[in-house]
Amino acid sequence: MGPLISYDIISQNSNFLFAFLIGIGFGFVLEASGFSSSRKLAGVFYGYDTVVLKVFFTAAITGMIGLLFLSLFNWINLDLVYIKPTFLYSTIAGGIIMGAGFIIGGFCPGTSFCAASIGKIDAMFFIGGMLVGVLIFAEAFPLLEDFYYAKNLGIPTLSEKLGLKDGVVVLGIIIVAMGMFWAGEWAEKKFPREEY
Amino acid sequence: MNTTTQTTPKTKYLNPYVGGVLLGLVLIAANFVAGRGLGASGAAKSAVVAAVETVAPDHAQNATFYSEYLESHDGKPLNAWLVYQMLGVIVGAFLSGVLFKRLKFKVEHSPKITSKKRIILAIAGGVLFGFGSQLGRGCTSGSALSGMAVLSFGGFISMAAIFGTGFALAYFFRKNWI
Repeated sequence: MGPLISYDIISQNSNFLFAFLIGIGFGFVLEASGFSSSRKLAGVFYGYDTVVLKVFFTAAITGMIGLLFLSLFNWINLDLVYIKPTFLYSTIAGGIIMGAGFIIGGFCPGTSFCAASIGKIDAMFFIGGMLVGVLIFAEAFPLLEDFYYAKNLGIPTLSEKLGLKDGVVVLGIIIVAMGMFWAGEWAEKKFPREEY
Repeated sequence: MNTTTQTTPKTKYLNPYVGGVLLGLVLIAANFVAGRGLGASGAAKSAVVAAVETVAPDHAQNATFYSEYLESHDGKPLNAWLVYQMLGVIVGAFLSGVLFKRLKFKVEHSPKITSKKRIILAIAGGVLFGFGSQLGRGCTSGSALSGMAVLSFGGFISMAAIFGTGFALAYFFRKNWI
């Protein structure tokens, strides 16, 4: 049955309409959770506000469990869901640069759009910087191309890498996430804060 | 409203675990409908490709980064799933801002730094994030969160690299936040 677009249950235009509606949900939840505040977002790195950790990992495990169950009931064919190929070196290097951008700029791309839509001027400058960053990458692409395509691992899942069943891996991640939530709650008590 | 208060009420946020479950449901919906996850930096890429194509069409045809993207989008870089999704994000965040009364033009920063410094840091962080998201084939939403939900190995690597670096560098930038 799903993905609806893969089984031609909806047209490409309807898919774009759904994209817009899904985006509304995405933006609403991010803003309502406080992701429009750079000081709340950066809080995770100092322990005074771990909303990022809680929302991010709750969403990840909800997504994993949901997709796993939908596939068990044959409501979604996960073979047709797009999984990005993993190019090891560029994934790690890109992640490191993004991490630096996060602690310096206080946003990631999605959260910067949310913050800008409620009037955060710093977020608007972040978006401007982001567009410049994409442009720099685009112009430097010929120099980076070899590195960009190096160490192609294909589309491995974590379960394949660990040699475990998907369900076992998801259970393990849930347990790890619970530990992190506990650590997050502890950190917030230890490092008091005010709401921004 | 007839009642007025002198003190500004503290802003209200959703319980983070409730927010997380809702975000997870949105992510499931994206996969169920479109067979793909959520994203944000992809829309920035579309915008840059569209801008370069308009300003310097010859360059866009000749440089691989743009030409490959244009080819995969039938020459219409803005007619992309993530562009429509990002338009939705802007609307959704605005609606939440209206509902929770958070609409306000301001530069948010720690009292220890000036607005000007905050803006310079925001631009610098944006440049890094823009560059890194292209190198890493997606940002926190597209690569890390959406990747993890489908148990993609790359999604976990991405998440670990982003947050690991954030924690590793946190000490050096602490004055900007605490």
